[in-house]
Amino acid sequence: MIRLESVTKVFPGASTPAVTSLSLHVPEGEFVTLVGPSGCGKTTTLKMINRIIEPTSGRIEVGGRDVLAIEPHLLRRSIGYVIQQVGLMPHRTVAQNIATVPRLLGWPKDRIDDRVDELIELVGLEHGMKDRYPAELSGGQQQRVGVARALAADPPVLLMDEPFGAVDPIVREHLQQEFKDLWERLGKTVVFVTHDIDEAVRMGTRVAILNIGGILEQYDRPEEILANPANEFVARFLGEERGLRRLGLLPVSSAGLERGPVVDISADPSEARTVMETHGVDWVGLLDGKRLLGWVPASEIGSTPLRDLRPRDFLVRLRPDDSLRRALDAVVTSRTRVGVVVGDDGYLGMLDVETVAEEITE
Amino acid sequence: MTIDWAWIGDHLGDIWQATREHFLYTVIAVSFGLLISFALALVALRWPRTYGPITWVTGVLYTIPSIALFTFLVPVFGLTSILTAQVALVSYTLLILIRNIVAGIRGVPDHVVEASRGMGMTERRIFLDVQLPLAMPAIIAGIRVAAVTTVGLVTLTVIIGAGGYGLFILRGIGRRFLTEALVGTVAAVLMAVVIDRALVALERAATPWARRRRPA
Repeated sequence: MIRLESVTKVFPGASTPAVTSLSLHVPEGEFVTLVGPSGCGKTTTLKMINRIIEPTSGRIEVGGRDVLAIEPHLLRRSIGYVIQQVGLMPHRTVAQNIATVPRLLGWPKDRIDDRVDELIELVGLEHGMKDRYPAELSGGQQQRVGVARALAADPPVLLMDEPFGAVDPIVREHLQQEFKDLWERLGKTVVFVTHDIDEAVRMGTRVAILNIGGILEQYDRPEEILANPANEFVARFLGEERGLRRLGLLPVSSAGLERGPVVDISADPSEARTVMETHGVDWVGLLDGKRLLGWVPASEIGSTPLRDLRPRDFLVRLRPDDSLRRALDAVVTSRTRVGVVVGDDGYLGMLDVETVAEEITE
Repeated sequence: MTIDWAWIGDHLGDIWQATREHFLYTVIAVSFGLLISFALALVALRWPRTYGPITWVTGVLYTIPSIALFTFLVPVFGLTSILTAQVALVSYTLLILIRNIVAGIRGVPDHVVEASRGMGMTERRIFLDVQLPLAMPAIIAGIRVAAVTTVGLVTLTVIIGAGGYGLFILRGIGRRFLTEALVGTVAAVLMAVVIDRALVALERAATPWARRRRPA
């Protein structure tokens, strides 16, 4: 969908190029994150795609068209653009801001109005906000308007320059999740610049790691980059928590779950003791058919029938699509040192710290 | 000394005539000043290197004592010509107007301009639809200062045969007749205040977004 071929940018007066002969192919429907330290040319690269910055040499194609052969302002109307400071027009209302590109394209008023309503809903804003000015919105709301504005004319490609960098961490995480969900529904091709490696691996279906001077060090799926960094630079950039980051990308369902120390409440208490002994633990999980009731400590297992005991809750119940990072957290913070996994049909199994560790080293 | 109310009553027609003349001189001077300043500001914005020379020249014009300038222009345009008065009045408005227009346009945040460009707006449209409206508060602030200054300067044009309220002041002082001098002074002050308030109202009407802020 987007193809950069030997693209170089040398800014006037600079002795070294900001981007050096960069070739990068972004297939249709992919979410590519460009990440790297300051001065790695990630923003320059992004801005060359919509010609906010003109490349010194090389070729850039979007949807098979050579961008240098198209009038810049016409090119930009077919590419969504979101920047960190959002850049909403302060003298225009939310609705007018969102309508910017459709108006430039000369859509009839009715169609613009319908589209604005649709987008307000899509990005999770309230209709009451349509007539507000940007200064009346919170940072997170402004960023949502920015995304809505970029999507207004339904461009196939979206360029985003650290779009969630200026909002506080809690809102940022929320916006990231929302935007990832939105992307999955809309199927746009996204190029997303960030300096935050966590954001890069969490958001991207592919991650491009750039070094100073716009040198591409590695371009691959995030799991692959975390498991096999191409070189020392990438390994260092990924940092010491590489294993944990990788766990953040893998779902619980990818790990081998065990049935663990559990018994049905219909069983005899002696069976519970056997199970505990086999697993070498001082507690046992109680099942009622497929339903996981909780756990009881060994000290409470006597002659009382299991169904008359009062099981304690597992503090965290994982879902199969939760990340292994979350599972690890559940394991190390729980009294029982396991993470229990429960799906729509009931108890699926549990994992302990060894199971998770295997996934890191794999 | 007391105010001679009878004199004022007898000269209402003259006062009205002077008001019209004074206002007209002010409006013409500020309008032409704005037009020229706008053109020069465009040049300065397009070619930033010209901004220094432009403000230097208009700055020099601004510092010439006004009476000297009026006198100096008489041999060029003639004694009673409206042109003599206007050339001087207009040149005094240039510095403040150019500076405010340029500062207003440059004060528009870069990210707003970049985002507008990224949406596919042409440079011309960005200027007209984004930068100019957002520069309006600064531009109108410049017009207010220029207009109030001009109201004051018009009184001085009496020395080259124009005058507006200036004639009352000059004659009043010459004849040691307080009432007449006061009429000229108070009327000029009132006109300055009225014009200033009107421009404030215009600014509020032109910038509805600036009045609404997010509740804390």
